[in-house]
Order: sequence, then C-alpha cells, then structure tokens
Amino acid sequence: MGGPAEQPDFRSVSHAEDWPLWEVFLRGRRGLSHQHVGSLHAPDPELALQNARDLYTRRGEGVSIWVVRSTEVHASDPDDQGPLFDPPSDKAYRHPTFYSVPEDLQL
Amino acid sequence: MPPTNSDESRDLAFQEAIDADRTVEPRDWMPERYRSTMVRQIAQHAHSEIIGMQPEGNWITRAPSLRRKAILLAKVQDEAGHGLYLYAAAETLGVERRELTELLITGRQKYSSIFNYPTLTWADVGAIGWLVDGAAITNQLALTKTSYGPYARAMVRICREESFHQRQGFELLSELSRGTAAQHEMAQDAVNRWWWPALMMFGPPDTESPNTAQSMAWKIKRVSNDDLRQRFVDMTVPQAQALALDLPDPQLRWNDARDHYDFGPIDWEEFRQVVSGHGACNAQRIAVRRAADEDGAWVREAARAWEGRQSSRTSAA
Repeated sequence: MGGPAEQPDFRSVSHAEDWPLWEVFLRGRRGLSHQHVGSLHAPDPELALQNARDLYTRRGEGVSIWVVRSTEVHASDPDDQGPLFDPPSDKAYRHPTFYSVPEDLQL
Repeated sequence: MPPTNSDESRDLAFQEAIDADRTVEPRDWMPERYRSTMVRQIAQHAHSEIIGMQPEGNWITRAPSLRRKAILLAKVQDEAGHGLYLYAAAETLGVERRELTELLITGRQKYSSIFNYPTLTWADVGAIGWLVDGAAITNQLALTKTSYGPYARAMVRICREESFHQRQGFELLSELSRGTAAQHEMAQDAVNRWWWPALMMFGPPDTESPNTAQSMAWKIKRVSNDDLRQRFVDMTVPQAQALALDLPDPQLRWNDARDHYDFGPIDWEEFRQVVSGHGACNAQRIAVRRAADEDGAWVREAARAWEGRQSSRTSAA
C-alpha cells in the first residue's frame, strides 16, 4: 500500500476500474442448447469465460459456456407484450387439435 | 412529483399482477418503493454472503484434516459465489456493483448481524454450518418463491448448493460430540454461543417488524419472521437430540396444544446492539472487506488496461 493518502474516493476511481457486465449461457449437457444462467463482471472475454467456469459450473452444471457482453443483448420491450405474444385465437388452425382425423388412425 | 391517476392505476395493476402470482422481471414497470426495497434486501443478502466468508475462512488454515480443509474451502468458495449471484440480481434493478460495495464498506448498508460474532474454536465451523446455514436455508427456501424473478432464481441455485453446507456442519459436530470429553465440551460450547444468534437471524418479532406487511403484500416476503423462526426451532430440536447436544434454553419444550416447540424469550437488546455496530467483530469484518477491495484495486485496473491494449491492437490490425 502507498503512503498515508487521504481517504480514497471510490466514486472517482470506480469507472476506470469497473469491469463490464457479461451474460452467461451454459450447455447443461451434449444435446441441449445453451441456456442463460446469470451474469458476471470481467474485463475481457477470456476472463469472463474463466469466471463463468468458477461461478456457474462448480458442480458439473455444464459442458460448454457462452459469454456475451450485456450491452450486446437487444431485448423486446415489456410494453409490447400484448401485440407480440398474445395467443392468436383467430389462428387456431396453427395447432394440430384444430383438425379432425379418423380416431383409429395413427396421424 | 405528486401521484397522478396513472401512477395509481399502475400501482393497482402491479398489485393485481402480484396477487395473480405473476413474477416481476427486470424491465417491468414497478413502484419505486418496490424497487428500492428489493435493491436493499438483495444487496444486504449479497453483503451477508461476502462478509460470511470471514468467520469460517478464519479456520481454513487450521482445519484438523485435509478432508475438512477441502470441505471448508469449497463451502467458503460457495459463499463467494452466492454473493456474486445476488449482486448480479441486484444489478438487474439498475444499481452498480461498485455502488453496492461502497455502501457496504462505508457502513451505509448492513449485512446479517450473525457474522459479527467471533469463531473461537474449530467447533464453531460445525455450529455455523448446522445452525447458521440451517437458519439461512429455512429463510431462503421461503424466498425461492419471492416475487422478483432474478432474486427467486438466485435463491433456487443457492438453496441447491447450501444443503451440503448444513450437512457438513452437522457431521462435524456429530464427530466432536461423540469424540473425547474435551471435544464434546467444545461442540457444546459452540452450540451454546450460536443458538440464540441463529434465532435472531430471522429478524425482529412480527409485532415489531414495520416493513413486513408491505413486503408480504408484494410477496417479497412469503412467510413472516416468527413463522420462519418457529419452523427452524421445530426442525432443529430433533437434530440436536441426534447430536447428543443441548440447546441452551431451559424453556424449550414441546407444546401439544400448539403442535410446536415453545422456546424462551430472545434477547432483542443484544440484537439491537450488534446491528447498530457494537458486536464483537463489526469493525474487523468491514476493515477486512475494505482492505480486500483496496488491495485488489490494482489487479482490476491492470486487467482493464490489458483489455484496452488488446482491443486497440485488434482494431489497429
């Protein structure tokens, strides 16, 4: 540690040393797709992967990791929930139950 | 800004969604008080995990066997992980990690007062695993159904990992309790010191917990302090019997009418003293955390500088 400097001002140094946020995706086992498991801070992709290994796979939870800078994720607006995702009740023909088929056939 | 009709209708719609058990997700509209309550609660929970590494970390170098040392290392590493899951959950509400660390090391945000008690003997590692983690699991199981999605998901992950924490503590105490007379006495002494503080972990009685009603209405809290405490006592008494250790409460006895164990009064004055900074280790815990932050600053800066140089080389190439 240096000399008797004055009380450090955490706010002023914070932005220089703060590491960016990454989103972590894990493939649980072969045959499954990667799934979002959480986020972490890291200075670069290599350390983000290492940190993700230590933080999210201490008990064999995964066989492959993706890390993505959080700022690179573009998300739909929750206020668009209705227009985007309300079930289209007028399009029942998109579901197999819409169709009548002979009951004794495998179809 | 004075509340407007639209604020009120949003509040109402929010409460209706909560009542219908709809999980709140980060980008949803939420009342400011819900957000600030959630930030405070998750941050304090995260701080507790991080500070909680210290009392047990104290014994890593003196664990009595390689097996015990490996277990303790894994447990303390888990606590660090739990702190990080929780900080990440808090960050989804628009606060920064740096801000939270700063609030902790300047004493403006609290952590669980249990970690302000010292770990005097090796048996304390067992008592912490059995009682402190046992109490934490009781509390956290209820929180897996909390209304804020990222917090609930962190709780699920944490509960899954923590069951080993309690078991290793139980096993450790069990070995000591059945060991030599001195070992048994050491185990009993640890239980004597940790029992009451563990009961205090559930917070003040419901009658003196002003925020409980709102937190229950928002389903941040699903079970009240007193109910969780009772659940913990009922679960722990038979475990103590199996350990052949006494719980230090002469009034502890089964009540057939209530279908629960009765227990003696908790010394809430001690709780207030420790929460307000007068516990045995408050100053030490914060000093250690602050030193770790300051000593690590150059590493964080160097890693950023390295990243800056790498990416400018890549873009120059």
